[in-house]
Amino acid sequence: MMAVNRLFRTCPSTGLVYHEAAEKLIRWNAVAGVVSLLVGGILALLVTLTRWPAVHLLPADWFYLVLTAHGLDMLVFWIIFFEIAVLYFAAAVLLKCRLATPRIAWVAFWLMILGAIINNVAVFRGDSSVMFTSYAPMGAHPAFYLGLILFAVGALVACFVFFGTLVIAKSERTYTGSVPLVTFGAVTAAIIAVFTIASGAIILIPTFLWSLGLVAHIDSLMYRTVWWAFGHSSQQINVAAHVSVWYAIAGVVFGAKPMSEKVSRTAFFLYICFLQLASAHHLLADPGLTSNWKIFNTSYAMYLAVLASMVHGLTVPGAIEVAQREKGYNRGLFEWLRKAPWSHPSFSAMFLSLIGFGFLGGISGVMMGTEQLNLIIHNTIYVPGHFHATVVIGTTLAFMGLTYFLIPTLFRREMMFPGMAKWQPYVFGLGMMSFSLFMMGAGTLGVPRRHWDMTFAGNALGYEFPGTAYLMMGIMGISGIAAIIGGIMYLLITVGSVFLGKKIATPDFKYVAAKDGVAPKPAPQPAFGASGHGASIGMAGFVAPGTFVLALVFLTSFILYYFVNWKYLSTVWPLS
Amino acid sequence: MSALVPPQGVWWKQPLDRVEGTWIVIAFVWCLIMFFMMPYWHVFGKQNLSNEAYRTTPEMFQAKTQAMVDKFKVREETDLKIPVVAPPPGSDVYIIARLWSWWPMVELQEGKTYRLHLASMDWLHGFSLQPENINIQVHPGYEHVLTVTPTRAGTYSIICNEYCGINHHTMASRLYVVKAK
Ligand code: HEM
Ligand SMILES: [Cu+2]
Ligand SMILES: [Cu+2]
Repeated sequence: MMAVNRLFRTCPSTGLVYHEAAEKLIRWNAVAGVVSLLVGGILALLVTLTRWPAVHLLPADWFYLVLTAHGLDMLVFWIIFFEIAVLYFAAAVLLKCRLATPRIAWVAFWLMILGAIINNVAVFRGDSSVMFTSYAPMGAHPAFYLGLILFAVGALVACFVFFGTLVIAKSERTYTGSVPLVTFGAVTAAIIAVFTIASGAIILIPTFLWSLGLVAHIDSLMYRTVWWAFGHSSQQINVAAHVSVWYAIAGVVFGAKPMSEKVSRTAFFLYICFLQLASAHHLLADPGLTSNWKIFNTSYAMYLAVLASMVHGLTVPGAIEVAQREKGYNRGLFEWLRKAPWSHPSFSAMFLSLIGFGFLGGISGVMMGTEQLNLIIHNTIYVPGHFHATVVIGTTLAFMGLTYFLIPTLFRREMMFPGMAKWQPYVFGLGMMSFSLFMMGAGTLGVPRRHWDMTFAGNALGYEFPGTAYLMMGIMGISGIAAIIGGIMYLLITVGSVFLGKKIATPDFKYVAAKDGVAPKPAPQPAFGASGHGASIGMAGFVAPGTFVLALVFLTSFILYYFVNWKYLSTVWPLS
Repeated sequence: MSALVPPQGVWWKQPLDRVEGTWIVIAFVWCLIMFFMMPYWHVFGKQNLSNEAYRTTPEMFQAKTQAMVDKFKVREETDLKIPVVAPPPGSDVYIIARLWSWWPMVELQEGKTYRLHLASMDWLHGFSLQPENINIQVHPGYEHVLTVTPTRAGTYSIICNEYCGINHHTMASRLYVVKAK
């Protein structure tokens, strides 16, 4: 029988327990993610400088190529590599358990690397500038689909390593009771990932065969319907993952406990139940589907997931508020927030991520996902404005915040440039907020997405956009550059720390190869007490009144913005 | 560190906090309102995307469009001699989307209603009417029939806002709305 690697180390500052094999895999997946972010970031600069009308940097063919690569390297490769790292962390580290089948986890990792490389090569060859959505019947080189399929298979295998680890933790009793909330969130993400990857297989495999000439025809409506079952659910993975990261950071920075485990877990469960058909909101402007189907699927499936996000949006800051009030910052509505560690980059990243995701990404997403309102924004640059708020401010910034926590405990290095790290979340987060906002503004004026030339130079029939649209695209460009500077700061800090930072030694840690003997499994940790919140904090029977007020501010903005858009819709040409 | 450690006791028996309970009720009511807005607008609103669509082929759609052009052409525009058609109110109006143009151009009358047929000859395209900012996906193989009523006279643009290859950004056309005769 093969010896099981039971080499564990306890982090001296956080008390977290790392399984040796898990630790290495978490690091490598995180590093692969950051490398993708670097590549995607360079491409972001080129795309931004082309869409900024006054600069208009790249020629058309390069613009479409670079935009395709930017979408893939960021949305697929950066996010998913980092998510796999988060999954392994949530299972092996938080459950103090050995990682199931490290060898297979390495196979998954190398499959993902191979897939990402093949896909990038296909794009950079120049004959696969089809955007990350690759809508048939526009076709790419077969290697384009093959790369994505290999990557997806790798990710699927990694999800099963994650599930296997949960099984081992249960059977070896490395924890008592239920898994921690963060792990529960990760389970949510992994379950959704399995559904997502299955949908991806259903659409990408026939398309791959079609690109080889083995399948005669791919229907464009069928493609979009199934593709978005994949494309949309993968966004729900991101949400489940970054919400888990918010809870984790609230726990790390404040020792905050969830206000009620029941509420937070039920909200995660809603994500699993109600997102599958939410792909409908990508098809609201398509022919051949009925309004009943569209309304049922966007609302039944989406609004309960929206409800879940609105719940997390309250319970994360609520938990922080309670923790702060229990520490004595109990005066007024907002003392807890004023006294928060605003120069701690994990906290500021998490908080900006929460605000940006909710106010910009969430509200705009629900507005767009309304059957009729979709007509006035579909495929305009409003759409990338919305998803840069969700997936960049929401997911990416949350992951950046987590990185600052991981550098000392996982990479065992002291963080370099701590002064710069204090500013990084603000530069990136505020830059991105302004970027998204002005993209949305330009979209309401009709500026199209994925479009090389809004001036229609030399075209006798071109449309002349109003001056305000150009102004907004210009401000978008400048804000994008600010966000890119924030991204460079992040890369300098992480790459610098990981390779050049001062090493942190773990006392009493001696490397023993697995074949030289196995250590006993670590003793289970006693569960922490959920002490129940004292009646002494808060106001008017509310333990977190400040958060509640913030939530009402959010709701008011939501309602106003939602109805403003109905008002605007009522002024356009009648259609039926 | 609490979301990071197992909860004490049985989590589904933990009580709901008052802040959370209140918020859940408010948020749920809001979700219901948003749900009802969509059916409501189908009954009382004027802007709803048509559910009428048929399977078609490039040849069939091309033939119908050509027939309309032959009957209702009023002039040609640009060096490419793109026909401008002015079909009578209430009639069927066809616009072809193809790499990388819209064909033909149409002239409609203010306040009159038309049945507008859209289909693509090749890849996906995006019908984007500016400055109205009405945006509709155009598929190959599907003929989408919309009932539209232009409300203001003027010169409008149709641009393509679904990426359709290297010359996507050149795909633009016009739509005229004139005062009713
Ligand atoms: C500083 C950071 C970034 C900047 C300045 C930036 C900028 C842009 C710009 C200008 C576009 C083109 C929009 C269009 O013409 O349609 C774009 C598209 C896109 N970006 Fe980013 N981006 C950044 C980071 C990210 C990140 C972190 C992600 C994902 C996690 C991401 C995902 C995407 C996707 C999926 C698209 C759409 C591509 C397509 O339409 O096919 N971006 N970005
Ligand atoms: Cu087009
Ligand atoms: Cu196009």
